[in-house]
Amino acid sequence: MAINKYIAERIAKGFSIHLFLILFTLTCLFPLFWMVRSALMSNATVFTDKSLIPKVINFGNFAEAWVEGNFGIYFFNSLLYTTSVVIGIVLIASLAAYAFSRLHFPGRNFFFYMFVAAMMIPLPGSFVPLYRLMIVLGLINTRIGYILCMINVGLSMSILLLKTFFDKLPPDLEDAARIDGCGRLGIWWHVALPLARPAIAVIVIFNSLIVWNEYILAALLLNDKSLMPLQRGLMVFQGAHSVDYPLLMAGLTIAAIPIILIYLAMQKHIVKGLSSGAIVG
Amino acid sequence: MNIKSPCWFRFQDYLKNFSFALPAILIFSVFYIFPFIEIFRLSFYEWNGITPAMRFVDFQNFAELMQDEIWWQSIGHAAYITFIALTFQNVLAFALALACDREIRMKRFYRIVFFIPPVLSEIVVGIIWQWILYAGLQDGQSIGLLNYWLVKSGLPHLVNDWLSDPQTALTCIAIVHSWKGFGWGFIMLLAGLQTIDRQLYEAARVDGASSWKLFTQVIIPMMVPVILVVVILTILGSMQVFVLVLSMVGQGLGYHTEVPVTRILSAMTGTNRFGYACAMGVNFGVILVMVSIAFRWLSNRMKQA
Repeated sequence: MAINKYIAERIAKGFSIHLFLILFTLTCLFPLFWMVRSALMSNATVFTDKSLIPKVINFGNFAEAWVEGNFGIYFFNSLLYTTSVVIGIVLIASLAAYAFSRLHFPGRNFFFYMFVAAMMIPLPGSFVPLYRLMIVLGLINTRIGYILCMINVGLSMSILLLKTFFDKLPPDLEDAARIDGCGRLGIWWHVALPLARPAIAVIVIFNSLIVWNEYILAALLLNDKSLMPLQRGLMVFQGAHSVDYPLLMAGLTIAAIPIILIYLAMQKHIVKGLSSGAIVG
Repeated sequence: MNIKSPCWFRFQDYLKNFSFALPAILIFSVFYIFPFIEIFRLSFYEWNGITPAMRFVDFQNFAELMQDEIWWQSIGHAAYITFIALTFQNVLAFALALACDREIRMKRFYRIVFFIPPVLSEIVVGIIWQWILYAGLQDGQSIGLLNYWLVKSGLPHLVNDWLSDPQTALTCIAIVHSWKGFGWGFIMLLAGLQTIDRQLYEAARVDGASSWKLFTQVIIPMMVPVILVVVILTILGSMQVFVLVLSMVGQGLGYHTEVPVTRILSAMTGTNRFGYACAMGVNFGVILVMVSIAFRWLSNRMKQA
């Protein structure tokens, strides 16, 4: 009898835990489901029909958003900005991190701690002088200006992560390469970068998230519709067609799907990055 | 030349080494350090951001800021959002992490799903929730899903204009912010929980500790370092929230949803007062740095105790 009571208690406990978790799973997923559902409706029915699966499914919104809502251009821009910023960050940050970890020059620690300090000091409103600077440099409303700004945003975190990774790496392989006649640059490219692949994966995924989702610099620096990334385009679209919800939801879906797919493909690295971030912080 | 040669060689070596870090240092100097200095300098000027005419006004911007009720109100709003994020969001994250930190089925699935809201942008999240909270009517029926459900479940008196009503707008933003943010805390707390040695649990069980005792006497003390990191990240992240505000309610609907960064933004693009916007940025930055220093001091004391 005592055992039965124990088992019953355990089943009840397991059941309530699962209930709790499933409730939150639904809370997480439902708004996304509602977004896709609304994107599949027409403007005539979206305001009145509240059924979970719409009676008439209409894929036309995606095509319309893509072409007439300019989301095709925005999507291409986001893709361009994300890939070029991420590639730039990986190259520049790994060069710097390698220098901070392995190469000697005066002021090495000073420069490294400068990057670390930038992570610790919050600077809200730094976009005001940055905006001004971009005007002076003539980089406002240009792709390259936005890309350079975004490279700067991700630089500190990536250098810190890569430097801690390089510090833990045994120098034997690099020594072997040096004996084989490899120069500094060759060692960085042929030995250090391939070895740092796990750390680079973390950097790629986190910086992709940051760039793809960035809004404020895109809003301040880019005024041309042909240069805007998705997040900025969404706000412009919302401002111009405030009542066309199916089209807006189609745009949101276009903006959300790629990042969810990248996340699902690389979610292992996110957990790893966050746990290492918790240790660093 | 012969005497100088080793020295020259060394110098060349340093230069080559330094060139590895040069691109990073250049970008960082132009796009971080220069604006950092400029924001302090500009905060002493009255300037519209367009004409070259800048008037040095000493501490006038800061003096005006001290009197600016809307500014301090906006800081209060950010503090309110932070308070909700610290309590509601982090307690929830901890509860979910505890529930996942055991041998249960679908553990991986939960872990993946709970981190989906954090990977979405604040624009996407804000617009989706704005659509759900939408208050308009069509043919006498609520358009927004929340109001529709409230009517359907027999609570029509609760129907509200959620995002326009000064009483509820800020709370709605805070809750959506928590919805988007709890995944971060969840993942970090879960990673922390998984580093605790299982033998500690068994030892406590053998000694006859109840689940509650196990939680307060073993889990909480072991988790203090991770909890402190999550708390400080929550504070710094929530105080600076603003894109969510822009995408949920926009600007210019009265001042009941203003947060510091939206104030900076409207001083800059709305009234064209760049100097004043910089003074706001400096003021708020100093407040945040002070909060995080105070918190670090406090957490060192807690770790020692």
